[in-house]
Amino acid sequence: MILDDLTSNMGAWLGGNGPHADVVISSRIRLARNVAQRPFLSTASPSQRRDIYETLSAEVARLYPLNTTLFIDVDKATPLDRQLLVERHLISHHHAVCEGSRGVSISRDESAALMINEEDHLRMQVLSDGLQLEQLWTKVNTIDDKLSDRIPFAFDKQLGYLTACPTNVGTGIRVSVMMHLPALKWTKEIERVERAARDMRLAVRGQYGEGTDVVGDLYQISNQSTLGVSEEEIVEVFSHKIIPRIVDYEYAARETLIKHNQAQFEDKVWRAYGLLANARCISTQETQTLLSPIRMAIHMKQFNVIDIQTLNEIFLHTQSAHLQKRAGTTMNGSERATARANYIRKKMAG
Amino acid sequence: MDVACEHCKKAKATVHITDVPEKRERHLCEACAQSEGVIIKQTHQTTTEILQEFIKQKTGLGAVDEQACPHCGVTFREFRAKGQLGCPRDYEVFREALIPMIQRAHGSATHHIGKVPSTADETVRRQTGAFKLRRELDQAIQDENYELAARVRDQLKALDGPASA
Repeated sequence: MILDDLTSNMGAWLGGNGPHADVVISSRIRLARNVAQRPFLSTASPSQRRDIYETLSAEVARLYPLNTTLFIDVDKATPLDRQLLVERHLISHHHAVCEGSRGVSISRDESAALMINEEDHLRMQVLSDGLQLEQLWTKVNTIDDKLSDRIPFAFDKQLGYLTACPTNVGTGIRVSVMMHLPALKWTKEIERVERAARDMRLAVRGQYGEGTDVVGDLYQISNQSTLGVSEEEIVEVFSHKIIPRIVDYEYAARETLIKHNQAQFEDKVWRAYGLLANARCISTQETQTLLSPIRMAIHMKQFNVIDIQTLNEIFLHTQSAHLQKRAGTTMNGSERATARANYIRKKMAG
Repeated sequence: MDVACEHCKKAKATVHITDVPEKRERHLCEACAQSEGVIIKQTHQTTTEILQEFIKQKTGLGAVDEQACPHCGVTFREFRAKGQLGCPRDYEVFREALIPMIQRAHGSATHHIGKVPSTADETVRRQTGAFKLRRELDQAIQDENYELAARVRDQLKALDGPASA
């Protein structure tokens, strides 16, 4: 399996299926771990960093042989390949741009990615489409158990797993759910959701996590507290309380839109389609913004010119690195804008 | 009233003090008043700086700021600037200063009640389990779910029993 194979696939998190897939795009759980008796990466020398990298990559390779996974030496990867991995949510932006020995092991179906030497020595993340956090917790917990049997992770009897930043100490777990909330945004109800989320110590961010803006009405909801609460409790609260409640709010807002603003709703969807199907130059941001009302309309059975799979393909493959990998060449901003528009027109025409 | 400083006998006295209860009057220039600790030298600190200084003195952060971890060399000041600790031992070295910060970040929690690695010893496992159960017990009592509270209390008792139990 090679990195270029990824560009022709969709990735586990954008399959378009799973519970509440009409609102919940994807679920993700990551665990942060550090090898005991070793410095955190902020103070590790290049040789200590390389040593941690080699130890962990050998253990990960033992667990997941290379014929079943893809291992990328991120330090040696080209900037374009790194960007491709970020666009597919397989590594973080920080992992792409930081320096020194680091890598990622990716499962064949892209449902698991183990980042070595990110902010912590090891960040194990598992991904799926829809709301499937309980399955993801079982999966990542098993990976953690297997690695724990061979690697002593830094652990304190009072504070739990020790992490480079105290905001992750304890369980080191981050549960994130990417939600598509266009109707809540349209009706401005989203502000209430954001306020309620803040009161519950949840973070609401853009689709690429910390420091990213909300584009295309895609909101990433994640826990902030990692201490004094167990992994199962967080997963349970997200799976059965927080996310279903937001899903219900979104459904109610969508019904309100159809009931009271049918004409404006249709106009917004068809204008978006008109632009996407005819544009000659278009940015990623504009593409994702325009795909949002169409995604909502497809799920509400109000639009059938394209299906959700086609829309997801457009969503993923119009990102900068994906476009350039498919073209087999690097492109500047305006070349990408033209290539993106050409790709979308072809897809829209079937 | 033009009076010479009674301490240096040179400069004009601008600080006039009456000591009580003896009602003794003293006349000092600004420099001598400062050296005697009667007045504090004026600095160009902003209100925020003064406030930070005050908080540091009150919380003891000022002293811990310069403290360095003997294992990785990171000072608490460096941690506060970068938000990254230098090594796992920093959690022991800076524990006192870190705990209030950790509490603020995690809704006042101070103890881990989640997963324990398979390699951890039995005592750690029991301690973490007991913390979790105590929290569940508090919640059950708060919810007036006494049936659940009784069950949790039994589990806690069992956990307090001998290690082989």
